[in-house]
Amino acid sequence: MKNNILEIKNLSFAYLQQEVLQDINLEVAKDDFLAIIGPNGGGKSTLLKLILGLEKVKTGTIKISKNLGYVPQNTNININFPIKVIDVVLMGHKNETKVKGIKKYFKIGYTKDEKDCALASLKEVGMEKFADSKIGSLSGGQRQRVMVARALSAHPKILLLDEPTSSIDVEGQKQIYDLLKKLNKEITIIVVSHDISVILGYASKVAYINKKLVIHNGIEKDIIDRDNGHFCEVEMIQMLDQLKQKDCSC
Amino acid sequence: MLEVLSYDFMQNALIAGILVSIASGIIGSLIVVNRMVFLAGGIAHTSYGGIGMAIYFGFPIFFGASLFAVLSAILMAYITLNQRDKIDTFVGLIWAVGMAIGIIFVDLTPGYNVDLMSYLFGSILAVSSDDITYISSLLGLIIFIMIFWYKQILAVSYDSVYASLRGINVKFFYTLILVLSALTVVIAIKVVGLILVIALLTIPVYIAEKLSSSLASMMIISGILSSIFTVIGLFVSYQFDITSGASIIMISALSLLIFLSILKIKKQLL
Ligand SMILES: Nc1ncnc2c1ncn2[C@@H]1O[C@H](COP(=O)(O)OP(=O)(O)OP(=O)(O)O)[C@@H](O)[C@H]1O
Ligand SMILES: [Mg+2]
Repeated sequence: MKNNILEIKNLSFAYLQQEVLQDINLEVAKDDFLAIIGPNGGGKSTLLKLILGLEKVKTGTIKISKNLGYVPQNTNININFPIKVIDVVLMGHKNETKVKGIKKYFKIGYTKDEKDCALASLKEVGMEKFADSKIGSLSGGQRQRVMVARALSAHPKILLLDEPTSSIDVEGQKQIYDLLKKLNKEITIIVVSHDISVILGYASKVAYINKKLVIHNGIEKDIIDRDNGHFCEVEMIQMLDQLKQKDCSC
Repeated sequence: MLEVLSYDFMQNALIAGILVSIASGIIGSLIVVNRMVFLAGGIAHTSYGGIGMAIYFGFPIFFGASLFAVLSAILMAYITLNQRDKIDTFVGLIWAVGMAIGIIFVDLTPGYNVDLMSYLFGSILAVSSDDITYISSLLGLIIFIMIFWYKQILAVSYDSVYASLRGINVKFFYTLILVLSALTVVIAIKVVGLILVIALLTIPVYIAEKLSSSLASMMIISGILSSIFTVIGLFVSYQFDITSGASIIMISALSLLIFLSILKIKKQLL
């Protein structure tokens, strides 16, 4: 239990009136590769935002180490912004220096180390050729790769990705997930995805979220909550089929 | 034609015009990429409240306008950061209330006011050397802030959510951008007047946007273009005896039109 890098206890959350997440309990260990699945509007992105501190926790607790990397679901914001790919990746670096006091607010530009690191991150996602392109000139999938690179450049301990491959081609998806697998030797990966086939090859744990959270470490029949509706049935069954290669009784 | 340069007022106008153009190139770029054009319009019009009060109470108009502009900028920053869904309502409200305060105080002031007209339509030919000192200090401050905090300002402008994850104080920088916009709006009012100030801040940026691949180059190109338009506009205004603000904006708008046409023709040829 000491190995837990993330602990969520009795977490509930509502934006306005309606509860989006209800009584979530989740433990993630250092070496986990957690996949989060669930229907649209199920609360997956909300859970990530709560973990990241982008939304304030009101009920329940979240314990997490600092140093998080994040790939947001929507990578199409501000695509007309005059900025180069490399500068987007450089933004991933933490805004802190060894300099203390007032001086730390006046650190101009980026160091050579930071630039090298950003280029290395771009190389990892196969985008180094585009370092000097304008972000708006890339395709949706290329932009997602850049956002993955931006998250990597911070050398995070946990990497949270919200549907990072939704517009990346099959080849690219495999490339990204292989990369995540490799990174998983060092860091914790939490990824939201609708793509079960990909998830199954890589995830060590699966969490299904539709307001409530159900976790699967292995396979138990009773995990299927019939009240969760159509999505649950289709997607769960698929998943279980593929995991165990045997029929599911529902 | 060049003999006009021997007049002090023309020299002052040229210097002030260029300084203001550089500032508005930098700040206008920030306003456009942060999609704050509506907010900047609100700030400009709210400053009218300060102008009216300054005229009534007899303190310097520059000061009154700056005060109101900065206060409205801080208020707008607060609303944007905390009540995002109500921006339209509140900005519209601040805008209208600012103008109304201005109108009431101007009404209460007896007689026709030349100063007021010059603020509505610009008064670059009446720029004093004190004005130039103030404008150059502000430009100095803007350049200083851009050099030292470029990274942070870029991050907040491009992706404020990610910037906050990276430990950047988004609220501080967002407010800073709006306050600098407010101060720039006031000096730009001096050049083209309240009515046309948003055009001065944005038209050169729309051209620069197509020519730049970084925020910094966008700022520099906007500043240069804006300076060129202002200088040409000033000479045109002198030559044909028309209001300088209007001629500067017409030159800018015409250039934008020509630029966009060239882009379009180029695209079709390729
Ligand atoms: N900023 C917000 N304000 C109010 N309600 C929100 C907000 N963001 C999300 N919601 C609501 O919360 C619920 C959960 O949304 P969330 O984005 O977490 O779903 P999701 O599981 O990520 O869905 P998807 O698969 O479509 O990405 C939805 O009903 C949505 O309408
Ligand atoms: Mg989502």
